[in-house]
Amino acid sequence: MFVLIVGAGRVGSAVAKSALSSGHEVSVLDEDPLSHERLDAGQDKSWEDSGGQFTVGTALETEALVHAGIDRADVFIASTAGDNTNLVIAQLAQRRFEVEKVIVRVMDPARASWYGEQGLHTISPTKHAIEMFEMALQPEPV
Amino acid sequence: MYAIIVGAGKVGSNLARELIGKEHEVTLIESSRPRYLTIEEEFEHAVHYGDATELWVLERAGIQRADLVIAVTGDDEDNILVCQVAKEKYLCDRIIARVNNPRNHDHFRLLGIQPAVSATDLILRLIEHEVPRYGLVHLLALEEERLEIIELEVSDGAPTVGERVMDISLPEGSLIISVLRGGSGFVPKPDTVIEAGDEVLLVLDPGLEEAITAYFAPNGQPIRI
Repeated sequence: MFVLIVGAGRVGSAVAKSALSSGHEVSVLDEDPLSHERLDAGQDKSWEDSGGQFTVGTALETEALVHAGIDRADVFIASTAGDNTNLVIAQLAQRRFEVEKVIVRVMDPARASWYGEQGLHTISPTKHAIEMFEMALQPEPV
Repeated sequence: MYAIIVGAGKVGSNLARELIGKEHEVTLIESSRPRYLTIEEEFEHAVHYGDATELWVLERAGIQRADLVIAVTGDDEDNILVCQVAKEKYLCDRIIARVNNPRNHDHFRLLGIQPAVSATDLILRLIEHEVPRYGLVHLLALEEERLEIIELEVSDGAPTVGERVMDISLPEGSLIISVLRGGSGFVPKPDTVIEAGDEVLLVLDPGLEEAITAYFAPNGQPIRI
């Protein structure tokens, strides 16, 4: 599969690395060239030598998305630091570029739920953290 | 009318002032604390502090009863999402969004955020209006209604020069609505004769631009913004 990941912070870069090592074709788009180093960190070979692709560009710019290969993407992952950017580019990937599988990170649990109901595959780390805390707070079974 | 304005920069606060002056009820939402504190002195309870892309902030501002939501922050993603949520989740009748980067205009359109207003585009249109070497100027596009109003300068030797309006058989879906001549405009009568140098305003179905240009300005280049 061809996986396009927009936003290579801690989450995006880790997902990119694991997708590449599971044999997928992976392209990463990030506006910060430094994010490239995050992809190289802890690896024997550089990101490109391992077969990865990296584009420096802004997620909202159509040219950057096209350069990163959105036209042939099977999976689109929106994992930039901004919920609003993620929600907009995920909808572009879905509606304009008709990417089959679109996954979007939304920190805000309320909007993650609502956009989930509208047909976007949202992942809310905050929601998971809340659940984990709630579970941890429960009394230990005797 | 109750209007929620998101973004209390120059555009947002001036809009709020005008609307309040016309006796409308307005709530401004501003996410920068220093900016909020500055304009709170003038707008008092009519300005809220918060990030309007968060649902509870919109709800606190009373989005359920808003007649109009205007998103004019400096961030296009924020403007898109505020309007999308207002329209699709809270079923607000009217939204207006500001486009900061004209390259993002397509994104607004694709996600159904209309009208989307871009100062850059407006100025570009004015420039085209002032520069007659372009054959055709788009004055207004009513996208929902699938109609547009264009302006054309009638060139020398165009097939319509010297013809009466009643004798010009334009393509179906187009109509001359006004003629600008010698600095003033009038609505043409059936026996009005078109002259070279006239500026004619037409209403037409989108897609007829090129066919129409051939009638009035055969050498003109249709311009699309």
